[in-house]
Amino acid sequence: MLTKRIIPCLDVKDGKTVKGVNFENLRDAGDPVELGALYASQGADELVFLDISATLEKRKTMVELVRKVASRINIPFTVGGGISTVEDVSALLDAGADKISINSSAVKNPSLIDALALQFGSQCVVVAIDTRQHEGKHKVHTHGGTRPTDIDTMAWAKEIESRGAGEILLTSMDHDGTKAGFANELTAAISSKAGIPVIASGGAGTMEHFIDVFSTGKADAALAASIFHFREIGIPELKSFLQKASIEVRI
Amino acid sequence: MKIGIVRYNAGNTQSVIYALNRLGIEPLVTDVPEELNACDKIIFPGVGEASTAMQYLKERKLDELLRNLQQPILGICLGLQLMCKHSEENNADCLGIFPLLVKRFPDGDKVPQIGWNSIYNLKSQLFDGIPEQSYIYLVHSFYCEYSEQYGIASTQYQLQYSSALKHRNFYAVQFHAEKSGEVGSMILKNFIEKATWK
Repeated sequence: MLTKRIIPCLDVKDGKTVKGVNFENLRDAGDPVELGALYASQGADELVFLDISATLEKRKTMVELVRKVASRINIPFTVGGGISTVEDVSALLDAGADKISINSSAVKNPSLIDALALQFGSQCVVVAIDTRQHEGKHKVHTHGGTRPTDIDTMAWAKEIESRGAGEILLTSMDHDGTKAGFANELTAAISSKAGIPVIASGGAGTMEHFIDVFSTGKADAALAASIFHFREIGIPELKSFLQKASIEVRI
Repeated sequence: MKIGIVRYNAGNTQSVIYALNRLGIEPLVTDVPEELNACDKIIFPGVGEASTAMQYLKERKLDELLRNLQQPILGICLGLQLMCKHSEENNADCLGIFPLLVKRFPDGDKVPQIGWNSIYNLKSQLFDGIPEQSYIYLVHSFYCEYSEQYGIASTQYQLQYSSALKHRNFYAVQFHAEKSGEVGSMILKNFIEKATWK
């Protein structure tokens, strides 16, 4: 049976991981390659590297990082952050990334999704949606969730699929950082209508939250950052917890 | 031992190169038939679309070369599908090494299938040391029909299909061995060390 995926997300700034990572056994927890390799060895199903560097110049270092990650790590990984052209994607895929993730650039220029799917195949095109409720309605936000748009989240999910996205990475800004659980209702609404996998993100605080997002939320994969980085939840214990709850995971 | 990787217009060779590097192998990546034929073992990877890939292979006369290889060859993902007879993906006639059909998954569950699924009914030296029901990483919308004769592994997604094939020196896997963790590395290592000539 196809398993539910657990995906740690590593924020990378100027080539280093951020978010106060705390790992005793790592030579350099600030090194995205070391940390990624550790997660892979612990049973992470995929990794996401999100570049939050402020400048274009610093972002160029991402290609070099992708090369190092790909040569070291034997599970799939996605790279996101600041990607806005076919050339950006080409460079990252050539360096060994399995998938790329676009967000603000897709909202600004939806035909970028079509262009990427055509040239590289849908399987490597992840479209990230940052969503937040505004007057009771789910609206797409851009620029790290700081800028609201008038776009309805459900409608956008449908549009990106029809344009050739291979997966949806859905982050609820209302839940992100709360540790109060994922946006199960919205995730389920999108995932049950989508013909492509949905990765839920934002709000993970306990192992039960993962059960909820896979069962109630109908998510295909769940992404989290700080709970893994701060070792509040270990990937092996999370997976055996899910297995005991009859959720199919790779162990 | 010289390992060749077939270069063609379907991406993802870099990941295969890295996976071989981790096994201490520096492969030769080429689309020159003579150079490939001089290799001891050949890997035929690929992520892409069947009909355009076939066209590229034909233009370079790689189709004939691949069909007539005597040394072991391992198709991966699209490589497996191209080694079959026909693919529903844009109605492509493929290499016909395996007399099998490649079909699109029905629309019941999500397509493409993306993620980790298990392999069972493991039958070849390719899977030496690999337990039944091991997990491997897959990304695909098209699958090879189940074959009792050529199938050396099966996977279940909406239906049962053959996720690995073997015929004489021809080996193929639907999953991305290069991205399937330790299990995948072991399968590549088995191919390098144990796969036999015609």
